[in-house]
Amino acid sequence: MTAAELAIETRGLTKRFGGYAAVNDIDLSVPHGSVFGFLGPNGSGKTTTIRMLLGLASPTSGEVRVLGAAMPRDNASVLPRVGALVEGPGFYPYLSGADNLRRLDSADLYAPSRTRSARVADALERVGLSAAAGKKVKAYSLGMKQRLGIANALLTPRELLILDEPTNGLDPQGTREVRSLVRSLASQGTTIFVSSHLLAEIEQICTHAAVMSVGSLVAQGTLDQLRDVGRPRARVQTPDPQLATGVLEKLGMTVQQLPPDSVDTTVVAIFGDKPVEPDTVVAALVKAKVRVRGFAVESPSLEDRFVSLTGEGFNVDH
Amino acid sequence: MRGSTLTTNTIRTRPASGLALLGTELSVLFRRKRTWAMLAALAAVPILIAIAVRLTRSGSGGGAGPAFLDRIENNGLFVVFVALGVCVPLFLPLTVGVVAGDTIAGEASNGTLRYLLIAPAGRIRLLAVKYVGAAAFCLAATLVVCIAGALIGFALFPSGSVTILSGDTVSLGNALGRSLLVALYVTVSLLGLSAIGLFLSTLTDVPVGAMAATIILSVTSEVLDQLPQLGWLHPWLFSNYWLGFGDFLRDPISWANFVTNAELQGGYIIVFAALAYGRFAAKDILS
Ligand SMILES: Nc1ncnc2c1ncn2[C@@H]1O[C@H](COP(=O)(O)OP(=O)(O)O)[C@@H](O)[C@H]1O
Ligand SMILES: [Mg+2]
Repeated sequence: MTAAELAIETRGLTKRFGGYAAVNDIDLSVPHGSVFGFLGPNGSGKTTTIRMLLGLASPTSGEVRVLGAAMPRDNASVLPRVGALVEGPGFYPYLSGADNLRRLDSADLYAPSRTRSARVADALERVGLSAAAGKKVKAYSLGMKQRLGIANALLTPRELLILDEPTNGLDPQGTREVRSLVRSLASQGTTIFVSSHLLAEIEQICTHAAVMSVGSLVAQGTLDQLRDVGRPRARVQTPDPQLATGVLEKLGMTVQQLPPDSVDTTVVAIFGDKPVEPDTVVAALVKAKVRVRGFAVESPSLEDRFVSLTGEGFNVDH
Repeated sequence: MRGSTLTTNTIRTRPASGLALLGTELSVLFRRKRTWAMLAALAAVPILIAIAVRLTRSGSGGGAGPAFLDRIENNGLFVVFVALGVCVPLFLPLTVGVVAGDTIAGEASNGTLRYLLIAPAGRIRLLAVKYVGAAAFCLAATLVVCIAGALIGFALFPSGSVTILSGDTVSLGNALGRSLLVALYVTVSLLGLSAIGLFLSTLTDVPVGAMAATIILSVTSEVLDQLPQLGWLHPWLFSNYWLGFGDFLRDPISWANFVTNAELQGGYIIVFAALAYGRFAAKDILS
């Protein structure tokens, strides 16, 4: 993919706080027109990366290009074309929702004052806040503030939207509305870079994704690519987990975690590089006198894939 | 949420000057309750002074009390000058410290600083707008004391021609003109402190910290100004000429204090604006 087709590109992007690398040598490639999910547990460096994309923080090392220009050098020409929500909404509590948007819009040097009120009203309507436009923000719920933050990102037509955890604080209905808004913006050609620690909330809308884990990028690609890389796993139900583990490891498989011996427990093992047929596995287990009570081979869901990549579960609220 | 198609001709091709940002800066500042409360407190000073003088007018207390106090009974306009003499050392620096200390740190603590910068406001432009806003508050605060003082003064005491400090008698119009010069003098006096507050405000995300530091510096400068041992330092203290506005109440009017004060304040503005720029231009915004 050539640089011209990338809306966001980072090379060796690193940010240290003291000695701690909050973002460690990441190479992001976000294609134009994609809906790019930026996934990772809390504290994995998503917001810090987004701050560097927007020129709010300078990288300790590495390069950032957004819409073809270097950041933070080209802030002034790039940022008017980018709408963003960073680390939650930020507003003047003593101003109304509409006055807050007018204030932030007045800071955009490319946003014409003439159309300000109309654009503010339009953005409020898009996020369903028209009725609360005149209410002071201190009287807003967290979900309403989140919507107002999204409205702020939509004040002028944008080529790129960077949304940091846009569904935080929203109820399931609000989350669905954000997803449908993202879909409709994407269908109009806006590139959308959306971060989340909840895979389930954005999996359905993304065309691409990257996964962060403790500051490092551990996977990146189209959603299909990410699913393919996941290796199948075997589930062995047996009262002899120790014995089974030995056999499975000899076959080049990785046992995920060893449960204690009990009447009936399940050993989960990931297939290794060497292709092994499932029937070979069962034959080997039986030969080693492992009492096999159940055996299954399953391909991982994207969710499983992320769990294995990040070493921790995404907190999925069903 | 609705995904409408925005018309595409809503983006300017050339950047605006930042006047719109200054407009909302002033409206956010002057529509805020806190600003009104501070201006009301400042207006209360001349009102309290005038009422106190009025109630005790028979038993003239001799030479004690704030400067020009004994002149109020001859002309109500002197309420303005007495009130300024009382407000300049304490109340005005206090309110200016609050506004100037809040400039950047207040936006950071609201979480609005990052949104202003990605709008993008431009860091230098934002600093400039913030400083102009603080300076506008200095002017407004001074004018509030002057206007409240003149209104209550004329309500409770004689108006008409005014005997100024040099003993000359001038017309009321002339005296009102001099009052405006005094207001200008006091406003200019506060500009150095505002620049200090702006700089301190870039150092922290906690506005109260920047406000307190600004006010403490102002008090420190005034205390140092009182120590005769530090005479060599006095001409460099930003508070040194704060009470020099009496020059405008003599004939002929002397501009010496005004010019020296303006130069000194200008020096403070240059130094602290440069420091604020140095701190803020490449600062990581992590608020
Ligand atoms: N201002 C800061 N100073 C020191 N450490 C920070 C700062 N901001 C973030 N961090 C650290 O950087 C890491 C990544 O944080 P962040 O980018 O906010 O993660 P995420 O958005 O993925 O939850 C965390 O360990 C956090 O503690
Ligand atoms: Mg975050």
